[in-house]
Amino acid sequence: MDEYLNIALPKGRLGDQSYALLKKAGLECPELEDPGRRLIFTSAENKVRYFWVKPSDVAIYVERGAADLGIVGKDILSESRPDVYELLDLGIGKCRMCVAAPKSFEDDFRGTLRVATKFTGCAKAWYGAKGRDIDIIHLNGSVEIAPILGLSDVIVDIVETGTTLRENGLVVVEEIFPISARLIANKAAYKFKEQRTRELAGRLSEVINE
Amino acid sequence: MDINDILTEMSGLEQLIFRLRALYGKAGYRQYQMSKFEEYDLYARNRDFLASEQIISFTDTDGKLMALKPDVTLSIIKNLKDMPDRLQRLYYDERVYRVSSGSGSFQELRQLGLECMGAVDDDALLEVLELACGTLAEIGGQAVLELSQIDILRGIFDAMGLSYAQWDMVLPLVQSKNLQGLKALLSQLAPDYSEASEFLQKLVSAPGDPEGVIRLLRSAGPGLVDPASIDQLEKLIAGLPEDYRKIIRIDFSLTGNSRYYNGIIFQGFILGIPSRVLAGGQYDRMMKRMGKASAACGFALYLNLLERMIDARDAGCEGKEA
Repeated sequence: MDEYLNIALPKGRLGDQSYALLKKAGLECPELEDPGRRLIFTSAENKVRYFWVKPSDVAIYVERGAADLGIVGKDILSESRPDVYELLDLGIGKCRMCVAAPKSFEDDFRGTLRVATKFTGCAKAWYGAKGRDIDIIHLNGSVEIAPILGLSDVIVDIVETGTTLRENGLVVVEEIFPISARLIANKAAYKFKEQRTRELAGRLSEVINE
Repeated sequence: MDINDILTEMSGLEQLIFRLRALYGKAGYRQYQMSKFEEYDLYARNRDFLASEQIISFTDTDGKLMALKPDVTLSIIKNLKDMPDRLQRLYYDERVYRVSSGSGSFQELRQLGLECMGAVDDDALLEVLELACGTLAEIGGQAVLELSQIDILRGIFDAMGLSYAQWDMVLPLVQSKNLQGLKALLSQLAPDYSEASEFLQKLVSAPGDPEGVIRLLRSAGPGLVDPASIDQLEKLIAGLPEDYRKIIRIDFSLTGNSRYYNGIIFQGFILGIPSRVLAGGQYDRMMKRMGKASAACGFALYLNLLERMIDARDAGCEGKEA
């Protein structure tokens, strides 16, 4: 075992939870537990290097080979469809991709449906499969206020507890797919680090099922 | 200035292309040169065969809609005389025009590859595989040539009674080795075929060691895997020189486009390059679709990926010498 495993972790709560699982699976990195302002951490003992990156960038680091492995939400994978292996559902960061609308809303299928979302790919795929004509309004945040202000008829967004929706007078109309964090791997790196990657995925699977 | 001076002046990538052309020429492959342009209709009809769907088109002086080549293989299939009883060996070194996945704008890419068309038997297939291994060896560094057999996958899908529309749902999960997703989807699509479903999951997740995968294939339930396909796979690997056998892996998450490819498909990797540098396989289905009776196989090398690595390697060597 002379090769390092390079792992991209999403900054924030999901990254902390992910590292806790990786530590239990034998890839402890004491440097990372006292991070300061650094973003790259190495454990020579466990031959692992971690990077903290923006959650939406994890898949890019992995697909482009800057990281061998990464942990990323299914929402981001579904939206950007990177060419990577999706080796394990870690069962953390659970939420749902949903269509939500004001309580009074009912789709009468007359005219184009206005959909506000950060996840334009998911929205297009969902309504495309239904044959529903839509107008996508791409927003970068606070999507919930779009129907209130008359900007859109519905929104497509991530719903965790539903509190934000309720507080803004919205309800879930349809669930598109469940979301959780996934262990992903660069396809080329996997060929050369297959044994270590498979062992890690196996240990993580045991840790999750403990 | 003699030939050695010229060689020394060439970039690392130019030198590699020079060596590869010599390798292919020595194996009996002749260079096939073609026009930069082709009728747009050829690509429009076969859009899903192309790496990127967008094509640069223009109207010729006679009013015909033309395209800058986004692909070489389709032009060769179209223009080469169909001779199913003979073997035609060709290599090409061409420029193609595709949309970059990163920037979303068109770029010119240099593509080197070879095609073997006509009476392609197992010997010809072995020859192409050997040249693919030889190509990776010329690039240098640690390499892997990964094989898959698309007819075996097709057989398992058929055994589960999956429709083409269902294949399109299953294939992305196979390609991404998403076993949990695959298990959940197959339990919905083919609830009565748990044996085939479990076998597919095992196959997709098996370590790439060829002996292990072949043992697994032979353990399949009756009627699930055609023994002739396993024999062919085993014979091809056994036929390679020992140095090349060492870099072979089998991975059934490699599926190619099943509407065009059949039989053996493969891709090559070099340590340090983040995606495949070489891809190819048998494409008899594509030939048939274009009205040709010949069988065919070949591969292309993605030179744009190699350029950066070779430059970095050369710079490293110079640094060490200094």
